[in-house]
Parts: sequence; structure tokens; C-alpha cells
Amino acid sequence: MTNALDIEGLTKTYGSGFEALKGIDLKVAQGDFFALLGPNGAGKSTTLGIVCSLVTKSAGKVSVFGYDIDTHLSDAKLHLGVVPQEFNFNQFEKVFDIVTIQAGYYGIPLKKAAVSAEKYLKKLGLWDKRNTPARMLSGGMKRRLMIARALVHEPKLLILDEPTAGVDIELRRSMWSFLEDMNRQGTTIILTTHYLEEAEALCRNIAIIDHGRIVRNTSKRELLQQLSLETFLLDTELALDTAPDLEGFSCRLDDEGVLEVDVHKGQALNDVFMQLEQQRVKVVSMRTKANRLEELFIRMVEHNAPKGETKTEGRA
Amino acid sequence: MNAQALFTAYTTIVLREIRRFTRIWPQTLLPPAVTMTLYFIIFGNLIGSRIGEMGGFDYMSFIVPGLIMMAVITNSYANVVSSFFSMKFQRSVEELLVSPVPNWVILAGYVTGGMARGLGIGVIVTLLSLAFTQLKIHSLPMVVVTVFLTSALFSVGGFINALLATKFDDVSIVPTFVLTPLTYLGGVFYSIDLLPDFWQGVSMANPILYMVNGFRFGILGVSDVNPFVSLGTILAFIAVLTFIALRLLARGKGIRH
Repeated sequence: MTNALDIEGLTKTYGSGFEALKGIDLKVAQGDFFALLGPNGAGKSTTLGIVCSLVTKSAGKVSVFGYDIDTHLSDAKLHLGVVPQEFNFNQFEKVFDIVTIQAGYYGIPLKKAAVSAEKYLKKLGLWDKRNTPARMLSGGMKRRLMIARALVHEPKLLILDEPTAGVDIELRRSMWSFLEDMNRQGTTIILTTHYLEEAEALCRNIAIIDHGRIVRNTSKRELLQQLSLETFLLDTELALDTAPDLEGFSCRLDDEGVLEVDVHKGQALNDVFMQLEQQRVKVVSMRTKANRLEELFIRMVEHNAPKGETKTEGRA
Repeated sequence: MNAQALFTAYTTIVLREIRRFTRIWPQTLLPPAVTMTLYFIIFGNLIGSRIGEMGGFDYMSFIVPGLIMMAVITNSYANVVSSFFSMKFQRSVEELLVSPVPNWVILAGYVTGGMARGLGIGVIVTLLSLAFTQLKIHSLPMVVVTVFLTSALFSVGGFINALLATKFDDVSIVPTFVLTPLTYLGGVFYSIDLLPDFWQGVSMANPILYMVNGFRFGILGVSDVNPFVSLGTILAFIAVLTFIALRLLARGKGIRH
């Protein structure tokens, strides 16, 4: 089956001489929910910008559902919906107009565009705001407006560049559920995000890009299996003065008296509880210290960083 | 995209442009009407009555075609340059760039939008002029063809300016320092017969002279240049500027990184 997106040997050197992409290869299967992660300036937005033809590539090949953007750009674009990182609509236009005008650019007559606009504005909770100028919307509403605009021509591939940036947790969850729904209905989704929990919750496959190169491209499951150590935080019923001695495990008390236990790959968490039981330490709740994907991500980009440069942001 | 889809995309751009300039009519339609009325009163009535005849017509009749053309030129240009540059500035131009609309449809849409405003203003100014003088049309086809082509030409010019502009200053430099002097020196207010030979020769290098005179020929039947040379000049400029605009669009100049 044709891939939703095929990228081969993609390079981009900006006029300033900055080499943003150094020959990346990427394949996204139809129906996938795919995350492209990387630190700031890694090349995520450049990659997606080239796919959407907002950025001109220096070399390489990009195909969307088999349509090469060099030879069949118009066909490739018909299959694409784009939600950019920054608000890029006319702030003085009304919500409904923004969506229907976008449909018009795809050659959809107004009557048909109005039906599609109503469908997505309702789904995204913006129908009541259809006659409101875009500048009057809240940040979250503006993000949802960009999603409605990207979907109005029913694209088969939806590209979202940090769609939930600056959105509150409740709205973020509702957007996740909306995107999962779209994906279940067959839309291939490619996402970049700074929230690694978002990628972990939504995506099936993940590529990590750093310094213009793909440093990992695999399934989320396989990626998480590579995590060799996880740290668990255990809240005990009674406050501990010292960390208990757990054979085979490294453990310590943090500043707030919470017990931190490192569990290596292959070790059983049951052993921790068994030993704590024997020492009459009762655990009332447990959580992981960091998001698993975040932990892996930080390790990968730190490993990939040039000598003398460290990345401690832990953000994609 | 098939022909039907291309037409839908084209009309979407055109209607969006018309909605834009009619929504902000106090900024777009009213000022040229006021300015031109002042020209009619001051230059036509007050000063013109002391000037006497120009080219065989009273001064008011002589300047009306030039003033209509001046309004068409400046407004066609201003509409496209300000609208497209605003889209670049707000990044809403990306809505067009990610869509499958071909470059020539984008250009045609904006040029038509610019023409809608330029010609709309032309009609307003013409109607206003009727309060000051009588207009007898010498050649309606010449009037229509000249004004349509001139409006198209300056709309394309505005589009190129918008593509090349990187800041708001760049949007006003060409109208202020190029367009206005060329228009004023393009025979709007006088016949180049009044000039010494050398300056007549220099004036012949001003493209706006051909447009003003072509239009004046259509209305009054008099012109400083052959009307067919006027039309040929306008067509040649349209061809060159359209080629440049399409090349810049294809290269993504000012709109793609």
C-alpha cells in the first residue's frame, strides 16, 4: 500500500548557510498516528514546512500518497491538511468565512463548503462563534479554528505542528479525543509536540529528529522497551527516616521523604513490594518519576548532542 | 484541479478581496472621492478658469480623464500591495500556499481584486466629475480597453511590490517616490506640447503618459501620443510584469523560506 508520506534524502540549507536538514528519510504508513519529536531547532517544522510547500527543499524527494511534490504538487496538496504552530489566519475575518474561504481555495463551492464548515465547527465547539471575528477568540478557540480550517476539504493526511501549545489540560484532552476519532475514521495524522505525554498517549509510531537527522524511527512500543531504567516514586503510609535497604535495587528518600526506587529492565516490581512488605513498609500510592518517553527522549538527544553541548530542556 | 475547481478558487480570492475593501470603505473608497473632488474644485474650477484652454478643451474637461486615470492607477496598485503584504505580515498567505491553487490563479485573483477597486473608484470619480463638467465620450471601446488594461497593469505592479516588500515602509516607497511623480509628470494636468523638446522626449519615457493619453483620447479625442502606441505600451508592460510576478511566485520570493 502507498505510504501517506514518503521522504527520501531530504536536505534543507537556508540562505544563511544553516543546514536545517541533513538528508532525512521518513515513511508514514496510511492510517498511522505518527509523532515527529525533537528539541527546538532540530528540523521538525522545516520538514513539515517542506511537505506543505511553505519551505523549499534543497534536495531530496517528498511524496504524499504517492504524489511527488516536484511533479504532482497540486495532487499532493489536495490530500493534505495543515495546522501550523502559529496562528496564520486573517484576524479580522469571521470564523465561518475563514473556514469556507479555505475550502474555496481547494475548489469546493460555497454551498458544499458551508456544510463541511458547519460539521467541523460543531465538532470542535466553535459553531456558536461562527460570526465572531477571529481576533475575538481565545487562544484555545483559535487553535481549534485552525484544525477546522485544515479539515474542511476532508484531507487524508493531517499535519499538526504543536496543536495543543498553550491549551489548558481539559481542552487538550478533548482535542486528543477528537484527533483519535479522526484517526479511527482513517485520517493519517502526523504530529509534532512539546508535550511528550501527548505523543505517548496518541501516537503509534515515533521519529526523533535532532540536528537535522533522524536519530530514531520506530514504534512507540519498541521505543519504550528500550528504556533500561525507570524510577518509581512510592508514598509510604508512615514517614521514613532512612531509605530501606532493598537487595538488587537502588533506592533513596527525596527531599519530601518520598521513596525513590530505580528499577532496571528485567527486574520485577513485585520484588520491591515483597522486600518492603518484609520490612513492614506500607506503600499507599505509586507513580513514575518522569514521563517514560520524556526520559528516553532526553537521553537520545543528549547522546546525539555535539561535544560540549548539553540539552537539559527535556522538551521535544 | 479541474476547470470548475480553478474557477471556484479564483472567485474565492476575488470575492474575498472585494469584501475586504468594501468592509473598510472609509479607508479605501471615501478618500479618493474626497481628494478628486478637491482636485476638481481647486484645479478645475478655481485655477482652471484662469488657465483657459488646453489641447482645445477647457481646462476642467482636459484634466478629468487624467484625474480618473490617476485614481484608477493609485487604487489598483494600493489595493493589491496592501492586501497581499498584510497577508504576508499576518502569515495568512500560508492558507493559499498550502492549498492547490496554482500561482497564475493567485495572481489573477489578486489582480482582479485590484481592478475591482481601481475601476470602482474610476466610476465614483467619473460620477463626481459630472458635477463639474460634461463628459462626451469620443470612443467608448478605447476608454474601456485603456482603463481595464491600465488597472490590470498596476494591480500586477502592486503584487510584485507586495512580494518584494519585507516591511511596511517598502509598501509605501514605490507609490510615493515612483508612482506619484510619474503620474503627475504623465500629462494629467498638462499637455506635453507645453514642454521644451528635451523634456517632451524625457516625458515619452514615462509609461503613465501613454495610459493617461490613451484614456484622454477615448474621452476627448485628443492625445499627445498615438492611441495605438498607448495600447501597445500598456500591453507590453503587462506582459513583462506578469512574467516577473509569476517567476517570483514560482521561486517563492518573499513567501516561502
